[in-house]
Amino acid sequence: MLRNRIRAKSLSLATALVVLLILATVLAGCGHRKSIVLATTTSTQDSGLLDVLLPAFTAKTGITVKPIAVGTGEALAMAKRGDADVVLVHARAQEDAFIAAGDGVDRRDVMYNDFVLVGPADGTLPKGSDAVAAFKEIAARQYPFVTRADKSGTYTKEMAIWAQAGIEPKGSWYVQTGQGMGDSLRVAFEKGAYILADRGSYLSLKDKYPLAIFVEKGPELRNQYGVIAVNPKVHKGVNYWGAEQFINWITSPDGQKVIGEYGVDKFGQPLFTPNAAGK
Amino acid sequence: MAVAEAYVLEDIVQVRGGEPVLTLERLTVAAGRITAVLGPSGAGKTTLMRLLAVLEPPAQGRLVCLGEDPWAATGSLTRGGGPVDEGRRVALRRRLALVSQRPLLLSGTVAANVAYGLRLRGLPRTETDARVAWAFASCGLTALARRAARSLSGGEQQRVALARALALLPEVLLLDEPTANLDPANVAAIERAVAAAVAERGLTVVIVTHNINQARRLADDCVFLAGGRLIESGGAQDFFNRPRTPEAQAFLSGAMIY
Amino acid sequence: MTDFGAGLAAAWRLISSFDREFYGIVGLSLAVSLTAVLLATLIGLPVGAALGLREFRGRAFLTRVAYTLAGLPPVVAGLVIYLLLSRSGPFGALGLLFTPWAMIIAQFTLTLPIIISLTAGALRTTAGAVRETAISLGATPAQADLTCLREAVPSLLAAVMTAYGRAAAEVGAVMMVGGNIRGETRVMTTAIVLETRQGHFDIALGLGLVLLALSFIVNSLLHRLQAGQGAGVY
Repeated sequence: MLRNRIRAKSLSLATALVVLLILATVLAGCGHRKSIVLATTTSTQDSGLLDVLLPAFTAKTGITVKPIAVGTGEALAMAKRGDADVVLVHARAQEDAFIAAGDGVDRRDVMYNDFVLVGPADGTLPKGSDAVAAFKEIAARQYPFVTRADKSGTYTKEMAIWAQAGIEPKGSWYVQTGQGMGDSLRVAFEKGAYILADRGSYLSLKDKYPLAIFVEKGPELRNQYGVIAVNPKVHKGVNYWGAEQFINWITSPDGQKVIGEYGVDKFGQPLFTPNAAGK
Repeated sequence: MAVAEAYVLEDIVQVRGGEPVLTLERLTVAAGRITAVLGPSGAGKTTLMRLLAVLEPPAQGRLVCLGEDPWAATGSLTRGGGPVDEGRRVALRRRLALVSQRPLLLSGTVAANVAYGLRLRGLPRTETDARVAWAFASCGLTALARRAARSLSGGEQQRVALARALALLPEVLLLDEPTANLDPANVAAIERAVAAAVAERGLTVVIVTHNINQARRLADDCVFLAGGRLIESGGAQDFFNRPRTPEAQAFLSGAMIY
Repeated sequence: MTDFGAGLAAAWRLISSFDREFYGIVGLSLAVSLTAVLLATLIGLPVGAALGLREFRGRAFLTRVAYTLAGLPPVVAGLVIYLLLSRSGPFGALGLLFTPWAMIIAQFTLTLPIIISLTAGALRTTAGAVRETAISLGATPAQADLTCLREAVPSLLAAVMTAYGRAAAEVGAVMMVGGNIRGETRVMTTAIVLETRQGHFDIALGLGLVLLALSFIVNSLLHRLQAGQGAGVY
């Protein structure tokens, strides 16, 4: 009967797919001890650093890294559920809360890059290094300003600067995208608005979105990265050993060297400054 | 088992949407004869056919088909009963064949459609093929065997439906206006096929028709319905030449009656 | 317009380069979506058939539930499956999170109600007349059901095509439960999101074009199956 013919075809197709899938999974290499899940941010991934850093780590230790690049908030939320073994983010306040809640241990500084305040090439904001003053000027003149308004490290830093300026940004000039750095830069470019971005993302996307730098190298603009292991006492089943290997390596001279050299060939300058000295 | 009466209906009332659409005190259909069911539109003819085809139970009354009461529940409280009773009904339906006014053909070739009922009964392949071939021949369909059934013209589809019914070698053949929308050539072909089947196999035929001339040509007995009631029934000759009721007289003279 | 030209050029480059990573992504996309739809069909067809052909209490309610779930936003499905498969979730011990199987489960969740509701709908409409014809020709209730199913095959295949289209095009679910991990859980849609976010519009467009072409091919194959049913092969 016809129905049997369809059934037969479906069954053989299903078998083929299942075989394919098993092969794919096996080939992907899922040894448990030998892999860690790294929760990190989209800007870290978009900077391209992971494409260089992670293979180097794997080459040294044989541990594969599965990077999940989401917003800072989501990365920490995932880690709080034990779905990641180690996190690499750049939002000190949230990191401290994460550790205080008992979810994270063994935090180390890794590296820093900086934020820049960029805007339309024909913008009239005075240039300089004082971010707080610039923010005050933008709010006073209601220049269009794009914010990520997610729980990212970039947003956290932006909020800190607004707080320092004593301003609560509100109004139609303050555009909240709720999206990642790349998408937000795109919106800023299309709208001719100002935006706070990490230098790495800005440089990578400069050709696509030619925004100009208005404020840089001020004290408030440092973007510190921290690496934290997920607490094995609270979350059974995390690969704590693998996480420790990762933390040890990227704070070691070898790892720090890889970080410090990244970006030179692409942008003429390193994107990150390694500073794994203290906690 | 051979019965003198193919059907006996007593005190039948059938309803649609709460309203009675057919009421009969007593009606018998003789076996081995052609009975024409006549009447104006809305008289309840199709409702009667559906009862004869054991498709639905009457709201009230008793129907005996080929000596059996299909709706008598055995040991069950609900009318119609359970799966054992359904099994009896299926067995009874397999001794009948219904050709509807606008028959539904299944997707597939003409051959597949004609063979459908036989496949349901699990007949062996050789037997099926033989009967299908005979049904084709009776209805002049041999050339169309491989065609997609739904691509045929109205008249051809009607012949396929008839062949599908004939192939079942039923004891009762129920035809609901089988030639209503057909041209004279097709009408003649179908009438020939029906007459041949009756002659060859002595089956009972109940045919609903609007066409008085067709009834005159084919019928041994007549049943006349109007307004959901049985007005007259009896031998065809008597009905056509000496109708007893005013409604029947009006109908036969061509006047519109409601 | 030059952007689209760049997209076309990128698409051609990707296809003709035989780049292992690209073909891996394509292969995984097909494997995940096809498997999910296959499983959804194996389970959804009988369930939909029951809803379409049978009468029982709560049938109308269940059908409505199926139609509602068919409109479930992919990102919500992804979130729900994530919470279930998370290590602190009930099924965390299975270790399925961030693997292709999690993605298959998520897409299965999305496509199952589609198949159920479309199957039920198709059968409910056609079943009446077909069923009665079958019964009048002496079919048992089971035989009548089978006949209804056979007659509905073109509609059923349409349901499968719709389900596949949904699975192939969605990104919210596979992103959440898969993690878009390079070489492991990166499929075409999540790759497009990544490339777009990084500003590589030409590659993103190119991938999009390849995705559309693939869907076209899959649908064409299913359509050929469907056309075969119209004339009927018994």
